[in-house]
Amino acid sequence: MTSVNQNPSPEAEPLLRITDLTVDYRIGGLGRKRTFRALQGVSLDIKPGETLGLVGESGSGKSTIGRAVLGLAPVTNGDIRFDGRSITELSKKERRALSSDIQVVFQDPYTSLNPSMTISDILSEPMQVAGTSRPDAQRRVRELLDVVNLPSNASTRYPREFSGGQRQRIAIARSLCRNPKLIVCDEPVSALDLSTQARVLQLFSDIQEQTGVSLLFVTHDLDVVRHISERVAVMRRGEIVETGITEQVIAKPHHAYTKALLLASPIANPALQAERRRERRLFLDAQPAPSTAVR
Amino acid sequence: MTDNLVTGTRKSLEVVSSAPQGDKLIRKFLREPAAVISLVFLALLAVVAMLAPLISSYDPTATRLADVLAPPFTSEHPLGADGVGRDVLANLVYGAQTSLSSAAIVIAVSLLIGVPTGLLAGYRQGWIDGVSMWISGALLSLPAIVVLLVVLARVGRSTSLALVVFGILIAPSVFLLIRGSVRAVREELYVDAARVSGLSDIRIMVRHILPVVITPTIIQAALLAGAGIGIEAGIAFLGLGSSDKASWGLMLNDASQNIFNAPWLLLWPSVALVLTVMACTLVGNGFRDALANYGSSAGRVKTVKAAKHPGSTPEPARPMEKAPVDPGDTLLVINDLRVSYPRPNGEKSDVVKGVSLRVERGQILGLVGESGSGKSQTAFSILGLLPGQADMTAGTLSFAGVDLLGMTPKERNRLRGARIGYIPQEPMSNLDPAFRIGSQLTEPMQHHLGISAKAAKDEALKLLARVGIPDPERVFRSYPHQVSGGMAQRVLIAGAVSCNPELLIADEPTTALDVTVQADVLDLIRSLQAERGMGVVLVTHNFGVVADLCDQVAVMRDGEIVEVAAVTDLFMNPREEYTRLLLDSALDSTSKTANHRPIDSGMTTETEGAR
Repeated sequence: MTSVNQNPSPEAEPLLRITDLTVDYRIGGLGRKRTFRALQGVSLDIKPGETLGLVGESGSGKSTIGRAVLGLAPVTNGDIRFDGRSITELSKKERRALSSDIQVVFQDPYTSLNPSMTISDILSEPMQVAGTSRPDAQRRVRELLDVVNLPSNASTRYPREFSGGQRQRIAIARSLCRNPKLIVCDEPVSALDLSTQARVLQLFSDIQEQTGVSLLFVTHDLDVVRHISERVAVMRRGEIVETGITEQVIAKPHHAYTKALLLASPIANPALQAERRRERRLFLDAQPAPSTAVR
Repeated sequence: MTDNLVTGTRKSLEVVSSAPQGDKLIRKFLREPAAVISLVFLALLAVVAMLAPLISSYDPTATRLADVLAPPFTSEHPLGADGVGRDVLANLVYGAQTSLSSAAIVIAVSLLIGVPTGLLAGYRQGWIDGVSMWISGALLSLPAIVVLLVVLARVGRSTSLALVVFGILIAPSVFLLIRGSVRAVREELYVDAARVSGLSDIRIMVRHILPVVITPTIIQAALLAGAGIGIEAGIAFLGLGSSDKASWGLMLNDASQNIFNAPWLLLWPSVALVLTVMACTLVGNGFRDALANYGSSAGRVKTVKAAKHPGSTPEPARPMEKAPVDPGDTLLVINDLRVSYPRPNGEKSDVVKGVSLRVERGQILGLVGESGSGKSQTAFSILGLLPGQADMTAGTLSFAGVDLLGMTPKERNRLRGARIGYIPQEPMSNLDPAFRIGSQLTEPMQHHLGISAKAAKDEALKLLARVGIPDPERVFRSYPHQVSGGMAQRVLIAGAVSCNPELLIADEPTTALDVTVQADVLDLIRSLQAERGMGVVLVTHNFGVVADLCDQVAVMRDGEIVEVAAVTDLFMNPREEYTRLLLDSALDSTSKTANHRPIDSGMTTETEGAR
């Protein structure tokens, strides 16, 4: 099974099914309308409890998929089905109701938390909107801080008192507060130091084990995908060029672009990296049009 | 974080500061003497206005023929009486009432209109924004004084009406301010996060957006108050204000009619008006300055956030071992380099603590470490590009046998660009958007190499072709925004090597680039280095990049060098625990997911860095 689209397993109904999704952004003012096509006919599935890695370079449209699922990007065409119903065109009220099921963790832990609110306020706000009483929300805040391995006295502090990795833990705690079924993770570790990265990824895995949440994991880093997700979709210029089991895609990439991506990412081992560099040179020389030579 | 990474201690979170932001702002404000004095003055004025009946027993509008132009400093009329026998002191204190209430009316009307529309237009955008921008443009283009005169001519004398109209006319300034602030905040991810959390638009505006626009609104309100007071006085002076109220404008009107008989009448209302309007403006400016200081100090703290060693007393300076610098082929020698920054509380925070390094000619030295390890600060020390408040000392800092420490800034400048090249992390922010790429490349060459414009252009085109740009002529003529990030980095590399430097400092040169572009840029740096035999100091956090490019590696942590080793030794046989931990946390294919959990997930409360 290399692609769920061609070969959907009958027993596990997908939690999220995106079919033929096209997103156009309008650019320019009112006078001269032009559109920029960010996504072109993208289809993918995520099963309950599964992690799908979405990997690509800047401008590949990988983040746009996440934003479309969250209702933050305009859908021109296609369908997004969540839990068996279409969520492509929802009223504001319906979209708000969906917020308990679909959550997000953004890339930048510095701007994704309101600097003027305490951690407790940040974490309890989504619950209070949903009608949770204050004491219940406070109890849940303590639980959540524990889940993400932050001390409970963190709740009275402000975001700027925390480091990048800690802020990302807070953002993760916020995404968990109403027990979502799906979390869209938009490059959640790319702003973090290496060792912090590993720990935050581990936290995602632990949480998934405990709660069975599905993750749509957007990243530019194949190494991160290898770490976190069983399946991967490789994107380029608004389209998915290859999708399959992560280990298989990495071991035996079918699409030339996937291969170029793999060969370009350096290995932390001088001998192996020298080997990979040679391979990449050979690969690039063999390409008819130098697709990666010039940007 | 690195301490704990190694020792595994569970350290409580570090508290940078626990005062809420508002308090800090107010404290900053209180440090502006002019603003504080102005605020006290306005408060006193408000008290005087409220206590007016106690201060003067006269009715300010009551005329007494017997008292016409009564002299001042009498027990009956402490400040005299005006041309129709009204008590000047009574008019002055009751006039304060009118002035302050005028300010209040203008502020209330313009904020009531400007704030909600600004919030709505800024947040919703779309047609609401279009329509309200059109209306505000139309209002702004109306000449306020003409509109006021027309309205008053139609409706009759009414100060309050005039002020309401003025409030409407000035509302666009509030609207534009709020709209601008909201549009800026709206792009913040936390607003997106709030939307995803299921918050309604109104709640998002009240909880997340309104707090941000409150401060600029206060500033604007202070300025509007001054304008309102001025307008009220003007209308009263022209005789268009309500006749049953005392007003400084009215006093001026009377004084101007009696300017030859009793010139002193001009004094009191003028002084009162000038001081009040000035106080309003100063209060507004004070807030603005406090806000600016607040922002800048926050920014400064952020740049040195790496340094968190409260009260670390500088070690007694080691005896400067004047190490006999081997003049041979050693390109760069650094001995005991220290960099520190002053902290707001007067202490110093050390970001580089006694670093010693050597770079041979033709050698690529990797400087690796996590955020806050001091690697970039070390690189900037070599370049002589540390920020002004940084305090740098070193036992030795010599380049190609020349002592850099003894050089004047001018000499350093001549060295930089000519003999020491620099490749920055963010290609786009290091090209001036106002100049064509060509001129940015040729100017340093003409300056440093002393060649003609023509020769410099030929050389630049050759360089652009050399760094793999397919159409050098076009890029030469382009502005920076017309090329991609990868292309811009190639341009900067071309610039860095244009004067044949002996040493190249590259500060995270590929961090901002896509991985395929990164591979190309690394190839380019490698081949240029081999071709020209430059020494290179490569600052990076990426061990893959180190493995790809470097001969020698220095691992930094917390401002100190942990380990220096040849690249193969470092990867195959790291001596230090810390190096091993860093290598182990690399996510690439050499580390296995399952059996290779780099860190016990229980110990995660320490500070974690972001780069």
